[in-house]
Amino acid sequence: MSMNGSRDRQVCSKAIPERMSGNEAVSYAIKQVNPDVMPAFPITPSTEIPQMVSTFIANGEIDTAFIPVESEHSAMSAAIGAEAAGARTMTATSSAGLALMWEELLLAASNRLPIVLTLVNRTLSGPININCDHSDGMGARDTGWIQIYAENNQEAYDNYIQAFPIAEDPRVHLPVMICQDGFITSHAVENIELLETEHVRRFVGEYRPEEFLLNPGKPVSVGPYAISAYSMEAKRAQEAAMERAGEVILEVADRFHTMSGRGYGFFEEYRTEDAEYLMVIMGSAAGTAKEAVDELRNEGHKVGIIKIRVFRPFPEKEIAEAIHKSGCKAVAIMDRCESYNGNSGPLGSEIPAGLYRNKVMVDTVNYIYGLAGRDFTVDHVKDVFKELAQVAQGAKPAPHHKYIGLRE
Amino acid sequence: MKKTVEIRWHGRGGQGAKTAALLLADVAFKTGRCVQGFPEYGPERMGAPITAFNRISEDQIRVHSNIYDPDYVVVVDETLLHSVHVTDGLKEDGAIIVNTPRSPKEVRSLLRGYQGRVFTVDARRISEETLGRNFPNTPMLAATAAVCGVMNRKEFLGEMESSFAHKFAKKPEVIKGNMAALEMAYDQVEKDMAKTNVSPVDQKATAKQMKQSA
Repeated sequence: MSMNGSRDRQVCSKAIPERMSGNEAVSYAIKQVNPDVMPAFPITPSTEIPQMVSTFIANGEIDTAFIPVESEHSAMSAAIGAEAAGARTMTATSSAGLALMWEELLLAASNRLPIVLTLVNRTLSGPININCDHSDGMGARDTGWIQIYAENNQEAYDNYIQAFPIAEDPRVHLPVMICQDGFITSHAVENIELLETEHVRRFVGEYRPEEFLLNPGKPVSVGPYAISAYSMEAKRAQEAAMERAGEVILEVADRFHTMSGRGYGFFEEYRTEDAEYLMVIMGSAAGTAKEAVDELRNEGHKVGIIKIRVFRPFPEKEIAEAIHKSGCKAVAIMDRCESYNGNSGPLGSEIPAGLYRNKVMVDTVNYIYGLAGRDFTVDHVKDVFKELAQVAQGAKPAPHHKYIGLRE
Repeated sequence: MKKTVEIRWHGRGGQGAKTAALLLADVAFKTGRCVQGFPEYGPERMGAPITAFNRISEDQIRVHSNIYDPDYVVVVDETLLHSVHVTDGLKEDGAIIVNTPRSPKEVRSLLRGYQGRVFTVDARRISEETLGRNFPNTPMLAATAAVCGVMNRKEFLGEMESSFAHKFAKKPEVIKGNMAALEMAYDQVEKDMAKTNVSPVDQKATAKQMKQSA
């Protein structure tokens, strides 16, 4: 399940060292994939993506049809139309933009349209704020989209390239959301290794849908009414596709490893071997947490990280097994999002459910951090591990649902 | 060079502090370093205080938080010294670089007891002399490169010249002035560094040592 392995394979593509922001990295990946259609409406902090792609189109570098629309509702509607017609389609958005797509997100998934959406995570109102948290992506967690999260610009780029073969696989046929943290990675310039365009194009391949609207030889109907006698079966088929997506995600990751030398799984285990205390975390904060883990390990503390990459489908069993395998005493579950359910954030609900179902009994504490751009530091990670040890040793009662970095 | 150098930029919206941080990341990347350059985003508007950050390292950079204990602080607008605690967390063995016509001695009184090295650059004068307009970020970028020492003068100026050649492909006439602005600031700060090689902290330590040996 480990990822980001060093270049331990004979790789096909040369690595091209560059420095780019996360938005530039995803835009560059779009240029390399050269999708057929991109309907988009700009919103901070993903605005640069449609802006850069429009520039590539204007310069004649790619032949994607860009559809400027009047809202995100229209952007996803147009994406559904284009994808149903048989065109490889993608869009980009953030925050309220994703919220405005809500109805269409469900239509895209239930009509089994392999659209790729790049989500630059930003909080939802209110208070109105432009900075990062995961409330937009988490709010869409039950819309039927595959969701993959990135720690940095490299992962955003790599995940984006993998999105198309995952979405378009006949066993899956579901839309994919490629997520990265707004501003924290989208606007930070960092080193990156790009792949050669010809290898990227070969990797994603030509899009040949089995069924599509503009195929006079095989007429189909998209989005018709289904009476109760058929509706439930359609929903069950959709869920079965999500269950099958896991194996396809791993197969695509394996092919990607062969091309790039970079390995990916459902999640990354960082120094979890013999760990007494684990932290489960997602997105850019995982890098900060790794730094803290190295410092704590140097001081003799046995701590480790599980960084979730694939959130939908949720690798519940594999996470439970990884936690069990480490033999740890307690787990900190980190949510960059509130769920307003009176108990926990999204990961704070789903991970303990997975532990229980897999009969892994270990103490967990759910922490909420980084809402609306609140900074999350190496010291915060250390504080969490310190508290976790106190809880496991019985020196402190387990907090129910705790906020990090809150002004109290 | 130490493992990771951390730099915090203070400026006002519109002065180019963010651009300078991204340019520094760019030039450090071209000289083979791992880099991070990012601004702190908020409800920015022209003239409002903003911060931007750089991490420059020999190894992969994983931390994704702001910088609270920088090695170096750059102040692109000296009026910020009155309203922003620019030296917060600044390491005593680091340095602060301020855009001002005043001397380091005059500026130090505004630095809330900071004991490390202080450099001043009259970026407005340099910019107006070389570019005919006030673009303070260009001289401040050169001063920062000189002080933080992550690359040498030749590497820095060489890479900047090729960046400008790319950036100003459509108006190459401005390249010469930009290069002159960089050189003027770099050389002035390099001279000041040679003069003030011993920081007040070192001076105190040296005085203490001398006292002990006496």
